[in-house]
Amino acid sequence: MTSLLHWFAQIGSIAKFGLLSIPQRRGAVAATVIGIAGVVLVLVGVLSIAAGFRRAMTASGSPDAAIVLRSGSDSEMVSGFGRNETRLIADAPGVARNAQGPLASAELFVIVNLPKRSTGTDANVPLRGVESAAVAVRDNLKLTAGRMFAWGKNEVIVGDGAAREFGGLEVGGSVKVGSASWPVVGVFTANGGVAESEIWTDAKVLQDAYHRGDSFQSVYARLNSAGAFQEFKDALTSNPQLNVKVLRQSDHYADQSVALTTLINTLGVLIASLMAVGAVFGALNTMYSAVAARTREIATLRALGFGSGAVVVAVMLESLLLALAGGAVGGLVAYLAFNNFHAATMNWQSFSQVAFAFAVTPALLVMGVVLAAAIGLIGGLLPAIRAARLPIAAALREL
Amino acid sequence: MKFFHLIWGNLTRKKLRTSLTLLSVLVAFVLFGFLCAIKQALVGGVELAGADRLIVRHKVSLIQLLPESYKGRMERIAGVAAVTHQTWFGGIYQDPKNFFMQNPVEPEPFMKMFPEFILPPDQMQAWLATRTGAIVGRKTAERFHWKVGDKVPIMSPIWMRKTWEFDIVGIFDGAKKGTDTTSLFFRYDYFDETRKAQNWGTGQVGWYTIRAKDPAQAAVVAKLVDQEFENSPAETKTEPEGAFAQGFANQIGNIALIVAGILGAVFFTILLVTGSTMSQAVRERIGELGVLKAIGFTNGQMLALVLAESCLLTVLGGVLGLGLALAMTSRGDPTGGMLPMFYLPARDVLLGLGISVVLGLITGIFPAQQAMRLRVAEALRRM
Repeated sequence: MTSLLHWFAQIGSIAKFGLLSIPQRRGAVAATVIGIAGVVLVLVGVLSIAAGFRRAMTASGSPDAAIVLRSGSDSEMVSGFGRNETRLIADAPGVARNAQGPLASAELFVIVNLPKRSTGTDANVPLRGVESAAVAVRDNLKLTAGRMFAWGKNEVIVGDGAAREFGGLEVGGSVKVGSASWPVVGVFTANGGVAESEIWTDAKVLQDAYHRGDSFQSVYARLNSAGAFQEFKDALTSNPQLNVKVLRQSDHYADQSVALTTLINTLGVLIASLMAVGAVFGALNTMYSAVAARTREIATLRALGFGSGAVVVAVMLESLLLALAGGAVGGLVAYLAFNNFHAATMNWQSFSQVAFAFAVTPALLVMGVVLAAAIGLIGGLLPAIRAARLPIAAALREL
Repeated sequence: MKFFHLIWGNLTRKKLRTSLTLLSVLVAFVLFGFLCAIKQALVGGVELAGADRLIVRHKVSLIQLLPESYKGRMERIAGVAAVTHQTWFGGIYQDPKNFFMQNPVEPEPFMKMFPEFILPPDQMQAWLATRTGAIVGRKTAERFHWKVGDKVPIMSPIWMRKTWEFDIVGIFDGAKKGTDTTSLFFRYDYFDETRKAQNWGTGQVGWYTIRAKDPAQAAVVAKLVDQEFENSPAETKTEPEGAFAQGFANQIGNIALIVAGILGAVFFTILLVTGSTMSQAVRERIGELGVLKAIGFTNGQMLALVLAESCLLTVLGGVLGLGLALAMTSRGDPTGGMLPMFYLPARDVLLGLGISVVLGLITGIFPAQQAMRLRVAEALRRM
């Protein structure tokens, strides 16, 4: 027990030497710390794009909310139903009801060209035609400005994200659809979900404007309970008059986000790993020179009876502390710079824009700090071993 | 050049430190090359666009169709040399993950409009003779191991909601390095005839490409086309191919800014690492530098000596890193289909070399000034 304490005391005093000498080597130390901070900043920054996109896509849909598409369709864009089919779906067992009837909304999903505020160039903004149950089948939909559109009139309400990203989408503004101009009468939020990127209007109005006859592309439904999903799904898939695919809304949107989040995550990890390799070289450099500058002290301590294990641990400890400082700085800067940064990008599955906010999540910050620690440990290991293996006599002769 | 030996000797005296610094510079340039390739993949369409080509699409959105009859009306507009059209087929080959574009086109006008697609004449003849024939780009043919003569089943969720079968009659190559050879093109007459059964869309096409007689008049032609169809049920929006590609890239996001941001962070980091190495190297050598000055080296020579050392280090790292990046990116799209134009352009390689020199100058300048301003007597005392 005492020998263990003794050992820790040895580590402590060697590490203290190292830390106290940092001001003398401040240039190299700062380079290492800032270098590691840069790696963590890039890793967390890039991955926060994917995390934010995923959050926007999956914030939509509680477990009792379902979406029905034509089978074989990956997105609403290529799905299609006639009026008869949407009626059969709305009347299926498991669908919740209120005084007005089943909580199911047959919807149309198209895009409209509107200029992106940031660039002024056209973007494919999603335009959704809904039925009166639309608000009830979604979670947390709230009007934050203006009013709901009037049914049967050429009016629209717009999601908060769409209003922010695309030109003309504020109360009092308008959306040009062909020669007609549809006034924007309200702005809504949907708990950060994907609906916030959309423009909504009455499905009937949209059918006429886009020459879609009496057809729809999807049915959104609120079920009696989360457990009613299987019953609802079985009833629809076994109905010979229908050829459909039934999903929970949350699963549908999670599927839609997979391709883009995978791409960003792969690129982000690849870039950060390459940078990490560079940072390891930087850390190795710093620690090697730290050890070289202290050759005599270390040799003296070893001559006084300090163990070589204690030297290794102390040098690695110093390297680890520098790396953690870098990781903390990088994570903090990433959080301040990127968290809640608003952007919009193309979701290829639905061929339309999704507005989202970068999300620097705790998991990402932990990942960044772990990476920093790994860089510090790897960068400290070889110099530590060199320090421990110093031939004492030769090193002392340099005195 | 006569001092090369001295500079090289200085660099190699601490082999470990020099190689570690070299490796971090190398990594930075590998990243630079890789990110430039990604940027090229996302925005490269803009520079590949034909200066005399215009895209005509439905004014409301890209998913709405235009009547096929517009073709004749466009051909009569002054300044229009040729017109052809394409339509989004959106088919799935085996799995939605196997994404590539398939469009029905009119073979002859289409191939004349896009000379960057190179198809052997006998394969062109075979295409004209085969109603169900399709041509496919080299990249996609290699990806799925398709050969001329294969029958390819493609399911379209939009058109007929059935599996269409095409006979591969030709494989085309790209004329330029970045030309997208991932698409499949098949015959519009076969497409239009077959889709009659679904009672929707017949006689309508996705978008037109126009060739202007004079590229300088492209903007005028665009205005004339849009005027022609004003107040019709399907109004048009016409813009140069490059502007269209730029707008499309903007839909993904500000890629140039993101890439510049990441690279800024990378180079700043490397700048610090290399800079601290160089100043350390100079500090260690103050005595020797004093001797050099004492034996008659001028201030300018001292400056050049240190700068040459730092530049040699970064340029060596830059060359090796860019070489490695070229090798890494030459294998093509790492995502399997999402980035068809993924390659590292020569322009960016040159830019990278330029950056490596600048990096060397910046990291060397402070230590170099320090060396230049050395007072001989003081320096010699430190021997």
